[in-house]
Amino acid sequence: MKSELKNKFTLRLRSSSDKWIDSGFKNLSVAMATTVAIVLFSILIVVFIESKASIQNYGLNFLITSEWDPINNRYGAFTAIYGTVITSLVSLLIAIPLGIGTAILLTEQILPRQITEIIGLMVELLAAIPSVVLGLWAVFVMEPFIRPLLNYIHLHLGWLPIFSTEAVGPGLAPAILILVVMILPIITAISRDSLEQVPNRLREAAYGIGATRWCSLFNVILPAAISGITGGILLALGRAIGETMAVTMIIGNSNNFSWSLFAPGYTISALLANQFGEADGSQISSLMYAAFILMIMTLIINIFAQWLVKKLSLKY
Amino acid sequence: MIKKEKNKLNKLDYNIRLSRNICNKLLTYTIIVFSLISIIPLLLVLIYVLIKGGSQLNIDLFLLEPQPPGSQTGSAGGIGNAIIGTIIITAIASLIAVPIGVGGGIYLAEYSKGGFFSKFIRFGTNVLAGVPSIIAGVFIYAVVVVTKVIIGSSFSGVAGGMALSILMLPMVIKTTDEGLKLVSDDLRKGALGLGATMYTTIVEITLPHAFKSIATGIVLGLARAAGETAPLIFTALFSYYHISSFNDIFYEMSSLSVLIYNFALEPYSAQNQLAWAASFILIFIVLILNIFSRLFSRRKSY
Amino acid sequence: MTNKTKISLENVSISYGESEAVKNVYLKIPAGKVTAFIGPSGCGKSTILRSINRMNDLIEKCSLKGRVLYEGQDLYSPNIDPIEVRRKIGMVFQQPNPFPKSIYENIAFGARVNGYKGNMDELVERALRKAAVWDECKDKLKESGCSLSGGQQQRLCIARTIAIEPDVILMDEPCSALDPISTLKIEETMHQLKKSYTIVIVTHNMQQALRVSDITAFYNAEVASGKSGGKIGYLVESNDTEKLFNNPDQKETKDYISGKFG
Repeated sequence: MKSELKNKFTLRLRSSSDKWIDSGFKNLSVAMATTVAIVLFSILIVVFIESKASIQNYGLNFLITSEWDPINNRYGAFTAIYGTVITSLVSLLIAIPLGIGTAILLTEQILPRQITEIIGLMVELLAAIPSVVLGLWAVFVMEPFIRPLLNYIHLHLGWLPIFSTEAVGPGLAPAILILVVMILPIITAISRDSLEQVPNRLREAAYGIGATRWCSLFNVILPAAISGITGGILLALGRAIGETMAVTMIIGNSNNFSWSLFAPGYTISALLANQFGEADGSQISSLMYAAFILMIMTLIINIFAQWLVKKLSLKY
Repeated sequence: MIKKEKNKLNKLDYNIRLSRNICNKLLTYTIIVFSLISIIPLLLVLIYVLIKGGSQLNIDLFLLEPQPPGSQTGSAGGIGNAIIGTIIITAIASLIAVPIGVGGGIYLAEYSKGGFFSKFIRFGTNVLAGVPSIIAGVFIYAVVVVTKVIIGSSFSGVAGGMALSILMLPMVIKTTDEGLKLVSDDLRKGALGLGATMYTTIVEITLPHAFKSIATGIVLGLARAAGETAPLIFTALFSYYHISSFNDIFYEMSSLSVLIYNFALEPYSAQNQLAWAASFILIFIVLILNIFSRLFSRRKSY
Repeated sequence: MTNKTKISLENVSISYGESEAVKNVYLKIPAGKVTAFIGPSGCGKSTILRSINRMNDLIEKCSLKGRVLYEGQDLYSPNIDPIEVRRKIGMVFQQPNPFPKSIYENIAFGARVNGYKGNMDELVERALRKAAVWDECKDKLKESGCSLSGGQQQRLCIARTIAIEPDVILMDEPCSALDPISTLKIEETMHQLKKSYTIVIVTHNMQQALRVSDITAFYNAEVASGKSGGKIGYLVESNDTEKLFNNPDQKETKDYISGKFG
């Protein structure tokens, strides 16, 4: 009787196929994980190799000249680099107060819960709108709408180099505004998470000694969440630098350098999107060089952002 | 100090003139205004897409091929092939990204013991998530389109799918990793304690438990991929024709997002109108996927 | 109870959303004494305590019926500023919750918030001395408040509350997270403090109530009549501590106390 029951457990001695599946599965998952690293390094290496010819030809001059002349094979990415830096920084400057303000509204029980939930949902949905649709909207709706406003600024503040040209259509300024729309949800979401992670007892402590809401926010809650919020801002900066479609559609795609925000310009990603399809030879290599610069910029910012966000999780 | 307080004692009334109260009110109103500003773009975009795109819904839109700008027919045709193209390219992307991503996530959550390699992979995943989408397109252009490694085809739906899969991959890995880590360790120990292999434990115990959070991540990844344009404009390129056979995935393929990009910048209003109609469909797909993923994550399994 | 009444609760009921937490409390808290709230968990003693300086405002859906009078003023009438209330009625919480700032800043912050214009160093030292934590941290005022031990952190929090010169100090189980030696030190601190403040303390520890308080209020809880099945707290009696522990008016009190003391 007893041995009969025992015999029913046919797998007491693991069959070789069982062992094979088990170890095979593990190795497979290791291989899949390794793929990520391989892809990441291949991207870096491929872009670098493809841009080598251009790096050798133009060296660092590429960064400070703004000529882009496929006929005579003279390339410089200064206009695109200026456009990338100025659009992402200015859009960040606008999006930071909006995003953090919204995050505070979402976490600090200022309005009734139902209203905050709707606002939170809408900000999340904003992040889901494809960038090309935002670009379409920017081209046909937003840019014509804000043009008179931009020209009003030009009329009164035109002596400032950044407002020195008339707004006649696509340009850096509408690109900046559409970038604000795109990075706002990132800043809001990460600031919201960071604020929610601040332990409630800190809030109570501040209110308990008679601090007002904003006093405790500025002195206790925001400082406690600051590294997470900064990390989120950096991630948003990385996104703004790399954002392509909406910007390409609204920035005007011009390599003529101008300091003015109202003039058409370029960003590196717009340059790539606009020219890559029809490029060949040394132009491809120069575009790859620009792509390499873009990649290094986003890499540095992202790594720094990750480091900051990690710092937050160690704090409490 | 105490004396000063004595005078004010019992004056607990809310004093609107106190600078701190004015300040408080002002700041509170400011952030309410800020939040309203933050949601205005969403409303405006949705309204415009609804009006300009929704008004053009008819059966032809879903069936016809788009007409090249300036063609004689006067109508811009439909976006039937672009809808199919978006679905096919997104499907190819997920066929690549989901197995690799879930496998990688399983390694990180179940096998790794927090050593250097797993830290490195997690770090790499985050870095890959931050790589601009246009770079993914450039990369696939260089290694697939130019070299024609895939049965001799240059621009193709497959290449487009590969570019999108690079964007999906980090999302899938992260959600798998995080989803599996949420599964209680007791379940894992229980299975292993019965003499189950790691394989059986993962496939029959932990993966099913984490299914909902993983599915949420995958659906969100799909939504993001369906809306992406930058990686497609020089990998999948664009086509004006319906696909007719399986082999067509190795040729240029249209997609909603590239159609919007191409037609938005054309000087013909018929094409611009079609771009709005395509935006309507694209936003509809993306929002449906988003709501779907929300439903997934709401219903908690355990 | 011949003393002047500092705070009086008149038919106070508090509920969280639909479910009532504590109902129909009438209580007078005399000035310059230590009043202890005791009772089983879930009897609403902390809820009542937090209602006295309107900390419950921070909890969503928390609503209060009845009146809480502080020197004759209804704290819940619409023209009252809760910030002002909290400056008069300070609070020490169950978990020590120093700000992630230096010890010095922990004290100075509250004082500055309350518009203190005098010598800050002096104030910090005086507050820390009153809270009996000066000797332990006088050499490391620049270090983070979180670097102190649990007991020291709690005394720092008491010092922080003293520094804003409140009229009343509320303590919500201030020793429940602490070891016996720290508890003893905080009780000593309380004995010093009651000379200058009215103190209300919630404690789950009978002996502590007996040791530190002049008046004790005993709360109990009953299962709610509704479908929720939650518990509703109510005040059984409040009396001079000695009388309440030795010869309570209510049988319920007697049962609870004899049960607790064995």
